Amino acid sequence: MIKNLIKLAKRKKPADWLRFLLTWTSALAAIAILLYIVGFILVKGIPHIELSLFSTTYTVENQSLFPALVTTLVMVAMTLLIAVPFGVFSAIYLVEYANRGSKIVRLIRMTTEIIAGIPSIVFGLFGYIFFATWLGWGKSLLAGCFTLAIMILPLIMRTTEESLKSIPDSYREGSFSLGAGKLRTVWRITLPSAAPGIFAGIILAVGRIVGETAALMFTIGNVIQLPNNLFSQGRTLALHVYQLSTTGLYVDKAYATTVILLVVVLFINYLSSAVERRFLQKLR
Amino acid sequence: MLKLTEKFMRIIFLIAAMASVLAVIFICVFLFSQGLPTIFRIGVFEFLLGDRWAPTAAEPLFGILPMILGSLYVTAGAILLGVPIGIFTAVFMARMCPPWLYRLIKPAFNLMAGIPSVVYGFFGLMVIVPLIFDWYGSRFDMMSGNTMLAASVLLGIMILPTVINIAETNIRAVPQELYEGAVALGASHERAVFKVILPAAKSGVMAAVVLGVGRAIGETMAVRMVAGNQVAMRMPHEFLYGVRTLTTNIIIEMGYVEHGSIHYGALIATGVVLFVFILIINLLFTAINHDKKEKSKRQKQNHGETSV
Amino acid sequence: MTKYSLSSVNLWYHDFQALTDVNIDIDNNEVTAFIGPSGCGKSTLIKSLNRMNDLIEGCRITGEFLLDGEDIYGNIDVNMLRKRVGMVFQKPNPFPMSIYDNVAFGPRTHGIKNRTELDEIVEKSLRDAAIWDECRDRLRKSALSLSGGQQQRLCIARALSVAPEVLLMDEPTSALDPISTGKIEDLINELKREYTIVIVTHNMQQATRISDKTAFFLLGEIIEVGRTEELFTNPKNEKTENYITGRFG
Repeated sequence: MIKNLIKLAKRKKPADWLRFLLTWTSALAAIAILLYIVGFILVKGIPHIELSLFSTTYTVENQSLFPALVTTLVMVAMTLLIAVPFGVFSAIYLVEYANRGSKIVRLIRMTTEIIAGIPSIVFGLFGYIFFATWLGWGKSLLAGCFTLAIMILPLIMRTTEESLKSIPDSYREGSFSLGAGKLRTVWRITLPSAAPGIFAGIILAVGRIVGETAALMFTIGNVIQLPNNLFSQGRTLALHVYQLSTTGLYVDKAYATTVILLVVVLFINYLSSAVERRFLQKLR
Repeated sequence: MLKLTEKFMRIIFLIAAMASVLAVIFICVFLFSQGLPTIFRIGVFEFLLGDRWAPTAAEPLFGILPMILGSLYVTAGAILLGVPIGIFTAVFMARMCPPWLYRLIKPAFNLMAGIPSVVYGFFGLMVIVPLIFDWYGSRFDMMSGNTMLAASVLLGIMILPTVINIAETNIRAVPQELYEGAVALGASHERAVFKVILPAAKSGVMAAVVLGVGRAIGETMAVRMVAGNQVAMRMPHEFLYGVRTLTTNIIIEMGYVEHGSIHYGALIATGVVLFVFILIINLLFTAINHDKKEKSKRQKQNHGETSV
Repeated sequence: MTKYSLSSVNLWYHDFQALTDVNIDIDNNEVTAFIGPSGCGKSTLIKSLNRMNDLIEGCRITGEFLLDGEDIYGNIDVNMLRKRVGMVFQKPNPFPMSIYDNVAFGPRTHGIKNRTELDEIVEKSLRDAAIWDECRDRLRKSALSLSGGQQQRLCIARALSVAPEVLLMDEPTSALDPISTGKIEDLINELKREYTIVIVTHNMQQATRISDKTAFFLLGEIIEVGRTEELFTNPKNEKTENYITGRFG
């Protein structure tokens, strides 16, 4: 190892040394920053994780994250309920039905790209104007999850499209050659084969939902309570972190809650890539 | 019966596919229909180039130039700090990294992309802001470390995963023949990568930067937590002062604005301006990508790979 | 008796003409082989016999395709046509599901739900495809766990499961080893008693071993059609002779 390094050192010209160092130090710096962020939050937060953090009631003395956790789960479920059918169905249309390069496909692709680029604050603004005000839903779980559903639509569409495209055409040909129609081929052959890839995309979307704040602030309100109906206000875990950390009164609680949020989101992302990896391996 | 189901489901799929089109139409219609009239009421000039924002004053003023400049400043700062590290890291990932290390850090960057804004914001608030205050606070008579600089540093970090991932993909897409050609002429590995591969991937790297700009300009919560948010005209060298961006202007004032007032309209109009910025960036990205595709087509043809 | 009767068939992919004025009759209970160098249109023609070309964008066909006297490009149910005309592909393409479900997919598609009936069809199809003994104990295992040759025989079983009249085989042994190839060739000789078989092959020995009638394709045209032994021993066209004696291809 050291011998190799010395050999390398002798062989490289100064300019190459510079390039070599630039890339290595940049990469190491990027990794160091990431490790520092995660490490800092964990070290500061873990000692403050107590059982009272998960108490079922929220009081001024004990800012339990339990209501926020429940609200987050409800929001995830409701948002997926709206976005997954739309996302998966439109991907099916684009991959299995539409003629590639047709006008309607180009239009759909363009709008999907636009949605993917819109910052979450603009979604929040739109959700407030449209769902909460114009439709009269008020700040509510319903307004929040519709806003988030639009936001994650491109993500679900894209991952589903990619999974469907990665299914070899020979599967489709086999099915058609047996006299199966398009719908049966999609439903029984293509979609089940692509399911793990789609699932990975959905998990990734869950991560987005759990971590989102700006789009939710004015759409679900900011009230700490257990959700009791579609029109009740609420506060998700990420919003809770925002509140705790900006008021500056409960720093320990803020650290501890951030740890929970971070761990949940990182775990979800890890899960997504693990599922995707297995899917790709299986196809190969 | 079966034929009918086929046709019916085809229509269902098509309707679902139109959802994104519908969403964009609704977003545009509602933002513009509420934002544009306010802009005209205030005056296009006074709104976009007005340097005073005093929505609750006796004689209210609605100039968002400070916020437009604020957004541009923090974004520029983020690009200045994040892009070089991002591109060099992308080069490292694509061409320098030993496989064992790659297996470790590639997932790490993917995870980094998944960390929520509030967590970055909280980190910025607890680490970057105090650090800046410690370094410069006494020398420049600062009130706090919530500054343009803090926002730029934090955003520079936040755009890293975007820049790295996109740039890496595009650097990898450069045909291996180019590299081999350079090495065959006696170029060292580093020289081949920097002088041949990186220039060949130029438009892809540009696309990564543009996407990073989009990410930085649209970021809200993290900026809100570290930027200080004072409404004031700043110059670029005043990076040790607080600043307010387009995004934070909305998030801060939407909480207490009187519904239906001109102030309310002005906030939506701020959203419209932000939306237009993002559309321009998207357009730029598409143009670059288009250019890239054309170029790679030509490259492929030069290598004798004709597509059917 | 004539099963398929094709006259003046032309086929285009966008602007490219892949088949030019093809005329051929395919007879019942015989094996008809299509031979010729790659890109000559033999695969294109076999795919148009059960309208798999419908799936390809920009594909345009003219001419007459009669199956038992009925125009298959006329007003017919494509799915029923494909039920009557089964297909086996170049590369084995079992679905990513169990062996049983692979074979049962076809009958289920056409409305058979009864458990015992399905069991019978699956067993019969696997027996006819000469793979029953190898997989009777592992019907619930994934079809992807089979070897390449077994997978191809499973695909034949799958094609037989819907009781087709015609079996189209597009280079069915090109991805297989010699032993598996031998098994499939034996199988084809068995199957022609009950089915009409059309096979595309680039292997001329294979054509002589299994086919009754051979058509030689070149650049989208049929150069010569005839009884197999006659075409190979006494070709009428010089191009055919050049091809079978190995001067090109």
